[in-house]
Amino acid sequence: MTRPLTIALSKGRILEQTLPLFAQAGIEPETDPDSSRRLILPSNRPDVRFVIVRASDVPTYVQYGGADIGVAGKDVLLEHGGDGLYEPVDLGIAACRLMLAGPAGGGEGPVGRARVATKYTRVTHDWFARQGRQVEIIKLYGSMELAPLVGLADWIVDLVDTGNTLRANGLEPYKTIADITSRLIVNKAAMKTRNAEVRGMIDAIAQAVAAPTE
Amino acid sequence: MNTNAPGTRHGPGMRWLLPEGIEEALPESAARLERLRRRVLDIYSRWGYELVIPPLIEYLDSLLTGTGHDLELDTFKLVDQRSGRMMGVRADMTPQVARVDAHRLTRPVPTRLCYVGSVVHTRPGPFGGSRSPLQVGAELYGHGGVEADVEVVELLLTTLDEARVSGPLCLDLGHVGIVRGLAVKTGIGEADEAALFEMLQRKSTPELDAYIDGLGLDTSSDAMWRSLIDLHGDRSVLGRAREALAAAGPDVLAAIDYLDGIGERLAERHPELHLHFDLAELRGYHYHTGVVFAVFVPGEGEELARGGRYDGIGEAFGRARPATGFSTDLRRLVALGSQALPAAPGPIAAPAQEDPALTARVRELRSAGERVIAMLPGQEGGPGELGCDRQLVRREGNWTVEEL
Repeated sequence: MTRPLTIALSKGRILEQTLPLFAQAGIEPETDPDSSRRLILPSNRPDVRFVIVRASDVPTYVQYGGADIGVAGKDVLLEHGGDGLYEPVDLGIAACRLMLAGPAGGGEGPVGRARVATKYTRVTHDWFARQGRQVEIIKLYGSMELAPLVGLADWIVDLVDTGNTLRANGLEPYKTIADITSRLIVNKAAMKTRNAEVRGMIDAIAQAVAAPTE
Repeated sequence: MNTNAPGTRHGPGMRWLLPEGIEEALPESAARLERLRRRVLDIYSRWGYELVIPPLIEYLDSLLTGTGHDLELDTFKLVDQRSGRMMGVRADMTPQVARVDAHRLTRPVPTRLCYVGSVVHTRPGPFGGSRSPLQVGAELYGHGGVEADVEVVELLLTTLDEARVSGPLCLDLGHVGIVRGLAVKTGIGEADEAALFEMLQRKSTPELDAYIDGLGLDTSSDAMWRSLIDLHGDRSVLGRAREALAAAGPDVLAAIDYLDGIGERLAERHPELHLHFDLAELRGYHYHTGVVFAVFVPGEGEELARGGRYDGIGEAFGRARPATGFSTDLRRLVALGSQALPAAPGPIAAPAQEDPALTARVRELRSAGERVIAMLPGQEGGPGELGCDRQLVRREGNWTVEEL
């Protein structure tokens, strides 16, 4: 028996906006992922199941074939590098921007090497390299906004939605590094070995995205 | 001892630790590897492929001739103290074998070569993270037709069958001439081609659409580039491709026909094989010149074997020849395959005694193919602990084999 087609999702804001798209494509988890403690959730279709993983782990699960399909933010994909993945559909949800930010009026940075706090070390390194600027990167896992306030870093690179958190901490966005939305991602081998099933799913999701929402 | 203390990660307690991605094979897996190695080499020999043994290390400029940037990054480098030149440890044996064909053998006839050996990568592979695959492969030089490609694909399938890799196998076929021909036909520059290549590899429809919007191509070229990303699936894809890429010129259409020719023959001879065509698959784009293929099995995220056509790589060595072939990693085949070791009788224990008759008997048994283990005086453990199931016992002046 072949393994059910496995879809990797992460809990939180993206999930709330993702499930309606899958529902429109005719796939719904049997139990509410946000309230369940189970990590593997059957769906209303015997040939499809969901796995619940951390957002930044979705590309890894899909790349290694632990899941065939997943939903991941473009920020996570950029940081992951996208090796071994297809990203055929822009779901258009969870839109925000990956931005360089820092103290109001501090866009010029220090004379020497700027210190940049971020959890997106790879994206940050590559972006500054393209700008022809060498920076010192400080890996943090959360609360980036604090770093410039306590002198840990000159700048931060982080997701910015409304910008309220930045402003509340006396920071301002300087530049957009990338526009971010969630993407449907697909394991390369699954696309080839289970082409008909996987394409059916991609097409259904793409249609759900294109359909006007009520 | 606090093993988390700084410095202990590489300290005396960790001396057994191998470098990341470097493996050793213990007796049982070594036996499996060696058995499969012998059997596939025997198969290649029966198909007329001659074994060559390229050097582990050679000058970098010859090692990397005609290959892509990825291979250069993957190659460990060191300086030859005798000549002052840079040398590289092979990360892929295929270019070495191409050099052997082009420069050393210089036969005019089709030449079939095979090889097996460890290669070393600077970067761990994405899956399993190995930096030292045991590469095995076969190459066919001197014929530029579908028949040669089909032959190497069939030899690859035979290899996987010998390893008892559980199917169903999926053979993914593409042709780098399609994207290349389309780029020429539609006047796409190098930078744009690289960008499109990158997006096609990720099948990122939204990004590709946005990029093509910005190119300002004429309607026909525009439509052809957009169609490419969806041209994957079973053989019916080739029919769709002929329509969608009708205006792409004879080179592209010839490439589609070429794929169809391979697909037709393989479908006929291997009806159980799942054929998948992907016209935007550009694996080894900078190295390959024609058809490219890879084998996938369900549940494995990465291809198990890959290959394709790379005509003309020998040019730098004085002779451009059509070339096609495949390679795979024996370690992965053993790990994924269910090849059982043959049930061999256990070894025979020979007692620790100085006796010419015993020595002669042991020699006789060994040449008959038996395993005989000499017990050592004062050793720890007896024949049973060494895995022996029989022993040599002196009965009425004769050394006879008895059950333990």
